[in-house]
Amino acid sequence: MLRIRRGRVIDPATGTDAEMDVWIDGDRIARVGRPGPSGDAPKSPSEEIVDAAGLIVAPGFIDLHAHLREPGGESSETIESGTRAAARGGFTAVCAMPNTRPVNDNASVTRSILERAAAAGSTRVWPIGAASLGSRGEGLAEIGAMQKAGIVAVSDDGRPIATAKLLRQVMDYCRALGLMVIDHCEDPSLFGGAVMREGRRSVRLGLSGMPAATESIAVARDLQISELTGCRFHVAHLSARASLELVRAAKQRGIPASCEVTPHHFTLSDEDVVYDARFKMNPPLASREDRAALLEGLADGTVDAIATDHAPHEAAMKEVEFDRAPFGVTGFETALGLALELVHAGRLSLMRMIELFTSGPARVLGKTRSIAAGEPADLTLLSTDHAWTFLANESASKSRNTPFDGRQFRGGPMVTIVGGRIVYRRDAEMTRAGKQIARTT
Amino acid sequence: MPEYLRNLLSIEQLTTEQITFLLDESKPFQEFQRHPLKKLATLRGKTVALAFFEPSTRTRISFATAASRLGADTMNLQAESSSLKKGESLLDTVRTLDAMRPDCIVIRHSSSGAPDFVAGKLDIPVINAGDGTHEHPTQALLDALTIRDRRGTIENLNVTIIGDILHSRVARSDLHLLARFGCRFTLCGPAMWLPGEFECLGAQVRRTTRIEEALEGADAIIVLRVQQERLHEPSLPLDEYVLLYQLNPQRLRRARPDALVLHPGPMIRGLEIDPTVADGPQSCVLEQVTNGLAVRMALLFLMIGARPEGEPTKGSTHAAD
Repeated sequence: MLRIRRGRVIDPATGTDAEMDVWIDGDRIARVGRPGPSGDAPKSPSEEIVDAAGLIVAPGFIDLHAHLREPGGESSETIESGTRAAARGGFTAVCAMPNTRPVNDNASVTRSILERAAAAGSTRVWPIGAASLGSRGEGLAEIGAMQKAGIVAVSDDGRPIATAKLLRQVMDYCRALGLMVIDHCEDPSLFGGAVMREGRRSVRLGLSGMPAATESIAVARDLQISELTGCRFHVAHLSARASLELVRAAKQRGIPASCEVTPHHFTLSDEDVVYDARFKMNPPLASREDRAALLEGLADGTVDAIATDHAPHEAAMKEVEFDRAPFGVTGFETALGLALELVHAGRLSLMRMIELFTSGPARVLGKTRSIAAGEPADLTLLSTDHAWTFLANESASKSRNTPFDGRQFRGGPMVTIVGGRIVYRRDAEMTRAGKQIARTT
Repeated sequence: MPEYLRNLLSIEQLTTEQITFLLDESKPFQEFQRHPLKKLATLRGKTVALAFFEPSTRTRISFATAASRLGADTMNLQAESSSLKKGESLLDTVRTLDAMRPDCIVIRHSSSGAPDFVAGKLDIPVINAGDGTHEHPTQALLDALTIRDRRGTIENLNVTIIGDILHSRVARSDLHLLARFGCRFTLCGPAMWLPGEFECLGAQVRRTTRIEEALEGADAIIVLRVQQERLHEPSLPLDEYVLLYQLNPQRLRRARPDALVLHPGPMIRGLEIDPTVADGPQSCVLEQVTNGLAVRMALLFLMIGARPEGEPTKGSTHAAD
């Protein structure tokens, strides 16, 4: 029996915001209730208590978009290191994109990812299967078999689903299976060899830029195919105002569409780009106007989820000329801190922010996420006020490619619980670090 | 004495005082090019590493000659013969060069920002000899020196730049430099090479796709090379370019009678420039080449010859010294 005592329970699924205790039995939540008198003793000797006074107890965070790199890219990340970083960022479940080597386009790769996650993962891993074989944009992947093996959605992420015709086939097929399609929306011809967003900054730096329409053209295509087929469609890492407006209008018309926004896109803009590949990702950092639109979308409900697009790359791959570096930045450990910046700035309510990490992404996946008896005991405990500094070299990820190294945060993850198991405790980590310092001095 | 110049990565990063100082310091080296014996001992014992990751003839020879006339030795790395062909990273290549202990490194690279990247990793001065479509600072300095020589000033002139502005590092550096001295710019070329964002690079920048309009009242005309490798995106017929944008004698008459014609080279006669204009009295093309030597000698002299004693270095890679 585990008891989370005296925390402020915020559960967007039910609108709850109250000080309560949460009892966990095994891997499920047993009871949620008013706190007992302060200092009350454990009801049984086996009851372990987590003191959550001053903390917020939220449903377990879900990341809809991450690259764990295993199999094939283990020098950049593994399921073990990636989910440890995710847990450190407050996430309890991570959707793993299929662009591994080999690509997750068949049930045996899906099963091996799930086996590895069960053996070494700190968080749950929900694999996303490829839409097309090898994500090459030709024939369909073994979608039905992967669904039986446990995928939660399909995507050719890393690249767009190649043609409107293929997308139509994928969506027809997935609608029948009850699976959602996630697309990396990008028009490849307009993208060209771009390395950042086109604008004043790209002209100044002499870097090849792509316009916002590169994304929104593809969003428009996908929304129309979604309407045609009735298939659930989700826009990955939406970055442009025009795309957001398309999704907003589509939702109003009843098209089954949703979208996610990354912390780097709602925090930075193309004006922040310097000749450092830690600022290179795809879609690239957008204009200030786009960023302002994303903030509105996060607040008004157009955006369904905050997703990290955690994309680790080992140092040698990023320590090159800007235009030769691969796209992508890490994101698990800074996501909550960056989202809390929006709360502190008055851009988002705390309830809404938590929704974007919990019931929002759960809804996208057709799941529920709530703090209630009988639900899986996945919980994220966070603080909104402790000051801390993110140091990339202390990250649990194997990679360091983040534009937020050294950033100072107010509030962040404190305890992460997955299936009743504490997989991350900030206080324990701090104590360990303290001991290490004591030993070396 | 302006702020000490550690690296020359871009014109944008220089102060106006530093630019004026560099131009003034180039003056004696300009005269020096007329000496019968062109060898100084100023940098004897110093080594200049020339790391040209992109093919280049004139800029490389100019830097090599500048170093040699100052008495310095050069280490030469050329893209065609380098270990880059074998897949070595830029960082490993420049660290290898650095381990041979040159006193500065001159970099030409096809990637914008490559010199900035290298400067962040090495302790020796880095000189940008042209990076991608970003900047070509020594070209802008020699252009300014050439204009100042002929006109007596680089202040408040009407400067017209013709060609592929979007992909030109020369245009960017010239804009950054001459805008500091109150010059007004007219950028001219096919519309897809003329993005509106260029108007943000200076207070007085206007764009036009009509060359006749662009030349009206010009004091200096900078003709850019047509990079034929760029013509594929999207393909613009060469004849079309000649018809609309070649600088020919009739068009030149729209500029001021004493307007200067500059070209960074290599120049393709009959394409972006008519041969009579290239060889005419208003053309400064060969002076530009000579002035390039003067500017680069001044730069090397100031950056490695006149390097202050005990100049702090950050996290020296030569800790074993």
